[in-house]
Amino acid sequence: MQRIGVFVCWCGSNIAGTVDVVAVAEALKKEPGVVFSTDYQYMCSQAGQDLIVSSVKEHNLTGLVICSCSPRMHEATFRKTAQVAGLNPYMVEIANIREQCSWVHKDMPIGTEKAIILGKAAVAKVNLNAPLTPGESPVTKRALVIGGGIAGIQTALDIADAGFPVDIVEKKPTIGGKMAQLDKTFPTLDCAACILTPKMVDVAQHENIRIFSYSEVTDVKGFIGNFDVTIKKNARFVNEDICTGCGDCVTKCPQKKVPNEFNLGMDNRSAIYIPFAQAVPKVATIDPAHCTMLKTGKCGVCSKVCKANAIDYTQKDEFITERYGAIVVATGFDPISMDKFDEFAYNQSKDVITSLEFERLTNAAGPTAGKLLRPSDGEHPHKIVFVQCVGSRCDSCAEKGKEYCSKICCMYTAKHAMLTRDKYPDTEVYVFYIDVRTPGKNFDEFYRRAVEEYDVHYIKGMVGKITPEGKKLMVRASDLLDGKQLNIDADLVVLATAIEPDKSARSLATMLTASMDTNDFFTEAHPKLRPVESPTAGVFLSGTCQGPKDIPETVSQAGAAASKVIGLLAKDKLKGNPCVASSDELMCNGCSSCEKVCPYGAITYENKEFRMPDRTTRVRRVASVNPAVCQGCGCCTVTCPSGAMDLRGFMNEQIMAEVDAICK
Amino acid sequence: MNKKYLREDIIRMSGVNPKKCMRCGKCSGTCPAYDEMEYHPHQFVSMVESGDIEPLLESDSLYRCLTCFACVERCPRGVEPAKLIEAVRLTAIRRQGANRLTPNDIPAMLDDEIPQQALVSAFRKYTK
Ligand SMILES: Cc1cc2nc3c(=O)[nH]c(=O)nc-3n(C[C@H](O)[C@H](O)[C@H](O)COP(=O)(O)OP(=O)(O)OC[C@H]3O[C@@H](n4cnc5c(N)ncnc54)[C@H](O)[C@@H]3O)c2cc1C
Ligand code: SF4
Ligand code: SF4
Ligand code: SF4
Ligand code: SF4
Repeated sequence: MQRIGVFVCWCGSNIAGTVDVVAVAEALKKEPGVVFSTDYQYMCSQAGQDLIVSSVKEHNLTGLVICSCSPRMHEATFRKTAQVAGLNPYMVEIANIREQCSWVHKDMPIGTEKAIILGKAAVAKVNLNAPLTPGESPVTKRALVIGGGIAGIQTALDIADAGFPVDIVEKKPTIGGKMAQLDKTFPTLDCAACILTPKMVDVAQHENIRIFSYSEVTDVKGFIGNFDVTIKKNARFVNEDICTGCGDCVTKCPQKKVPNEFNLGMDNRSAIYIPFAQAVPKVATIDPAHCTMLKTGKCGVCSKVCKANAIDYTQKDEFITERYGAIVVATGFDPISMDKFDEFAYNQSKDVITSLEFERLTNAAGPTAGKLLRPSDGEHPHKIVFVQCVGSRCDSCAEKGKEYCSKICCMYTAKHAMLTRDKYPDTEVYVFYIDVRTPGKNFDEFYRRAVEEYDVHYIKGMVGKITPEGKKLMVRASDLLDGKQLNIDADLVVLATAIEPDKSARSLATMLTASMDTNDFFTEAHPKLRPVESPTAGVFLSGTCQGPKDIPETVSQAGAAASKVIGLLAKDKLKGNPCVASSDELMCNGCSSCEKVCPYGAITYENKEFRMPDRTTRVRRVASVNPAVCQGCGCCTVTCPSGAMDLRGFMNEQIMAEVDAICK
Repeated sequence: MNKKYLREDIIRMSGVNPKKCMRCGKCSGTCPAYDEMEYHPHQFVSMVESGDIEPLLESDSLYRCLTCFACVERCPRGVEPAKLIEAVRLTAIRRQGANRLTPNDIPAMLDDEIPQQALVSAFRKYTK
């Protein structure tokens, strides 16, 4: 029989205002197993905790019931108190008489009655509690970063600088992400390449970092501290270790009509290519969809010109398996497709472009060597219209737009408009906006400069329709402040397109059992207090895969994710959560129901031999829970049709005892 | 008619929720009849929302809308301004009386010249 102590907290007037705490303590004294019951103003304070410790000693208590705030708030506190008092920390139960009682009731007698009932349930449970000890598992001191944009780069550098090995898996032939495609960056207008490429070089040269470029993660098994990950290195038909990146093959390849994805298809590249001059790793890649040698067996020019002998037409995809202690997702974003927005005529005119295309058109390394020219005829545009919120904040059109604000487009549009006016004072620049959202350090000042110093015409209103007419684009829009409908004959229109998570994010989330929101952004463990951790232990989030962000925010989050990873890898062993499920093999019928509902993939089945009463042996398929993966959510216990699955710390009989206590 | 009731009536008839409007002006930016109108599509939305409906009922704008549905097609928030305009128009017509149909009225209207469709849509419209 337990010797239970009950401690009723006032929480100042938070609880005592609507619950008669003295009456609760009195009433619970009469419950089976309770040998001591008292109340105190602030149980979580040092004095309150001391009261608990001394009472445990004085009354030889074996279990504790704390009637206080939510267990989310102070369960950990009181478990530590129990430990100090020499009890197993899992011999403590919290009755939540604040959030679930005093805060929702106004009437003292009702509040008091409910608090007593909640207390009785907790007492009934503690009567059946057993000491629990968390298991331990080792930590593999190596991290995996998926995605090599600025987010992945920063996270990898920070982890590597702390002394831990890091692998970056990047699906493109080079790291760098979207930032490598940008021209100048708000709010300071430093050139993206000048601040990004040194970091890319740091990654390449860091002794603790390995880059798997042109590679993907294809399988993830295991759990925090010990993830077994399969990485597929796509065949690039060039031996990375000997290619010097000289580019001779690229110049000589006769197949030169391949749309260049780095310049968003605005110019062409060869079948063998290096995405851009500062690529890391700087090695060539053959695009098998366009190489004539790989398609028809005829050509082989690149192999003849390559002095390093790096070309290998027989190269195969390679699979590598590696163990990691932590995984960071940094898969970034993409602009959404404009195909379904007919009103903006994106597919009808080459002179309607997206903002990312505009970045390439103004970038010195872009298709026009940095000169702003109309894609249709290469002429210099005079009247340029920027449209904000294209496809963002759009809730009627889930099949084409996004309900959220993409967060970065107000600022980069101000940047584009300002830079255009700065470089080409003969241009007239219009920006159509619904709101200008510039909350950030020096952001609003930046936007105001575009208006006040650079004479950009900001017009509140949305563009309704764009019609190509001859060489012009007729832009029909409203000017809500002047109460006018405008018709502007523009030479170039730039659409600030909404952004969405990378398309591969969902399948990756499934592999990682990490959760996502309805927009496919990865979800954080807590939106305020744990913003860089995924709810899945050991999986961390960095950059725009978690939500729209600019570079400063991405880099801060990348560093935060790295520090969480470092905190994890610095440990030699991990203490698990002892409140995990386990199945009673004698009752399990191997039906697979539990495996289907487990969100963490903790359940597997094994064939086991059982001695039958008639002394024969029989092989049966039974469920087995990996305690290191199980998060104790309890889905399996309520699903199991045979009642074989049970959750330690929340055993079926404990829950039933609580229900009985409430219904009595 | 009581202002609040009028607002609710128009919202009910049209099935439009004007609160969804984010005041972007895309409807008015796309409306081909804009210059003919005193009150523009986005104003219909915001004036119905604020219950300021009398001026709309008296305005010619009601009859300038082409019911082309460009605003409905392009509104990013799915507000459907043209349906709201239609409801205001119906209210104006109803105030002049004789604007409702019952099934009993239909036989008298049957005429070889009138397409069936017109009767069906009139029925749909005037029984709301
Ligand atoms: C037009 C435009 C202008 C901008 N201008 C500015 C500016 O001036 N200032 C500013 O601060 N911000 C600006 N931004 C925002 C900036 O681009 C982003 O904040 C930044 O690029 C986010 O970095 P990231 O690493 O999270 O994502 P990304 O840059 O998208 O990097 C993600 C990387 O992960 C890789 N990846 C994706 N999926 C996988 C997978 N499954 N496996 C392996 N690899 C994968 C991708 O190939 C990519 O390399 C601008 C954005 C746009 C669109
Ligand atoms: S073999 Fe392929 S990549 Fe090499 S030069 Fe010929 S077409 Fe280009
Ligand atoms: S950041 Fe600005 S342009 Fe982009 S969706 Fe939000 S409000 Fe619109
Ligand atoms: S387009 Fe829709 S959201 Fe925009 S002003 Fe018109 S009704 Fe409101
Ligand atoms: S339906 Fe009427 S208000 Fe809407 S765009 Fe057409 S004419 Fe304008």
